Amino acid sequence: MTSANPAIIFQNVCKKFENSRTNAVDHVDVTIQEGEFITILGSSGCGKTTLLKMVNRLYEPDEGKILLFGEDISTVDAVKVRRRIGYVIQQVGLFPHMTIGENVAVVPKLLKWKKEKIDARVKELLTLVGLEPEEYENRYPSQLSGGQQQRVGLARALAIDPKIMLLDEPFGAIDAINRLNLQDELLRIHGGLGKTFLFVTHDIHEAFKMGDRVIIMNEGEICQFDTPRHIAAHPANDFVEMLIRSAREQEQIFFDACQ
Amino acid sequence: MLQLTMAYFQNNMESFLLAVRQHMWISLLSLLAACVIGIPCGYAATRYARGEKWITGFFQILRIIPSLAVLILLIPIMGTGIKPAMTALVLLAVPPILMNTVVGLKEVPDFMLETARGIGMTERQVLWKVKFPLALPMIFTGVKTAMVEIIASATLAAKIGAGGLGGLIFTGLGLNRTDLLLIGGISVAVLSLTAALLLDVLSGLIMRYKKAEK
Amino acid sequence: MLEFAAKHPDKLIDALLEHLEIVLITLIISLLLAAALTVISMKIEPVSRILIQFFSVIYSVPSLALFALLIPVTGLGMKTAIIVLVIYNQYLLLRNFISGLNEVDPAVVEAARGLGMTEMQILMKIRLPLAKRALFAGVHLAAVSTIGIATIAASINAGGLGTLLFDGLRTMNTDKILWGSILSAGLAIVVNGLLGGIEKRIGRVRQ
Repeated sequence: MTSANPAIIFQNVCKKFENSRTNAVDHVDVTIQEGEFITILGSSGCGKTTLLKMVNRLYEPDEGKILLFGEDISTVDAVKVRRRIGYVIQQVGLFPHMTIGENVAVVPKLLKWKKEKIDARVKELLTLVGLEPEEYENRYPSQLSGGQQQRVGLARALAIDPKIMLLDEPFGAIDAINRLNLQDELLRIHGGLGKTFLFVTHDIHEAFKMGDRVIIMNEGEICQFDTPRHIAAHPANDFVEMLIRSAREQEQIFFDACQ
Repeated sequence: MLQLTMAYFQNNMESFLLAVRQHMWISLLSLLAACVIGIPCGYAATRYARGEKWITGFFQILRIIPSLAVLILLIPIMGTGIKPAMTALVLLAVPPILMNTVVGLKEVPDFMLETARGIGMTERQVLWKVKFPLALPMIFTGVKTAMVEIIASATLAAKIGAGGLGGLIFTGLGLNRTDLLLIGGISVAVLSLTAALLLDVLSGLIMRYKKAEK
Repeated sequence: MLEFAAKHPDKLIDALLEHLEIVLITLIISLLLAAALTVISMKIEPVSRILIQFFSVIYSVPSLALFALLIPVTGLGMKTAIIVLVIYNQYLLLRNFISGLNEVDPAVVEAARGLGMTEMQILMKIRLPLAKRALFAGVHLAAVSTIGIATIAASINAGGLGTLLFDGLRTMNTDKILWGSILSAGLAIVVNGLLGGIEKRIGRVRQ
């Protein structure tokens, strides 16, 4: 499947916020191989977003280290780290005062790519995410639907061809039907590019559908980190078991309908 | 009436145009000065939370003081003429610009700034490429308000020797000449409306994305 | 400066009372007119946009110019001043009234509609009570604005605190200038504070 090349290593990472009695992220040790699609599952407040945001140093760990392809990111300038990583958030965050094309081109422009290279890349990416460049390049975000905006968000994140993509509940604000389409698209994009994806979600179906392996978090700690099949077959603790059971109950009505 | 008006223009075209020019210049320069002071100070206010409260409080009060009072109050201090007039105009124009700058900057959603940081912008780039552009519509509204205030007060400033079209109106009042009143009133109104129109056009050009939102 | 006040308290008080007279009459008429226009606007949607556009254009014209234009028709004095002030206030009041009434929680309005209320009933029983604060904010704005512009009306013989300023200017009498400024600024600040305090107390509907 992938070469055993660790893309992301969390070593004993802890983070505590002011005004909080407990750790948001509590002694996390995780190794993620290059090319994997990893989903992080948990309810709100479990620390999954905090964990994600430490990879691009929007948050800094209080304890422990994070290594990207063997390099301790605390030794590198934060801005440089972020320019090597793709970042997609739930609210999309497209800059409303820039056209779609300008949004996608933001980081290449910061890196001072040549104009032709930027133009070609923008067209390539928009096509990749299923948006016809001629039609969409010069529109403004306010003229696109939520699903379309998020596709642009993806294109923007992919612009600098990062080896690592961070996605924080990217489809949380999108309706169920469009979400399914976007999930399939994302899997297709991941399959084609060999990049490492870290995908945060609170939806167990999404987590299990998308992830090669799933990290289940609760109260800052990792409960289980394994393939979806193994987790479903051997839940590590009560919390995970509760998750599996509630998912199974939801599916029950579909099973019963088939009988 | 029409005859009187035409007679006026025939005899006084030069002084009329001079008044128009004075009015425009004093307004434009005061507006620019107010922007140069108001926008950076507004930005500075957002950086120092404690200072912000004092500054916005102070300018909120300044805004409430009647413009005529500000104008005439400067006379014992600075005499008459253009200097006190422009000082008053700038004093009156800074509050809306400064306060709108503060509000505009604060209203930029946090997630937008975090995204900008997250994709790799330096703090300076976040400020200039995202924060200020998104605050611009609000700042512009403040500038527009300031401009209306300036043109109105410039009209009054004729009374303290600053020249401008207000002179026509005051003379008309003093000599009981309806033609002067009408010419003065209409000229000022036209000047004011034209300036507002120009600013609208300018804002439409600078902030094209706002039009797309409609 | 204090001696001036001691010697001519009547001048100061007269000016202040005249000013208050202008402001109060203006506000009452402004509110009545704005209320009527608002009700019409709420019933016929396009009217609100037209009215606000219209008054916003007028609002951007300097008050002295408007006074000058109206004098040939209504002469000098308080009457002209009040007419102009009332017209100015329409922009502030209508803008705040209409947006305040329209921005009431759409979910609540829809629920009321679903229950079978007429638009008029919704206006009176739902929008009006919920928009109380926004409506009062409009009145607050108009009051402070009127106090300011009324000082200018002194130049067209309407009286008020502006006379102190203009007289002081004409005779280079620093005492008059100072008193005119203090009283007009003071009045504005006090009224602003009072109305602002009341505005804060107009709390939201308790859940």
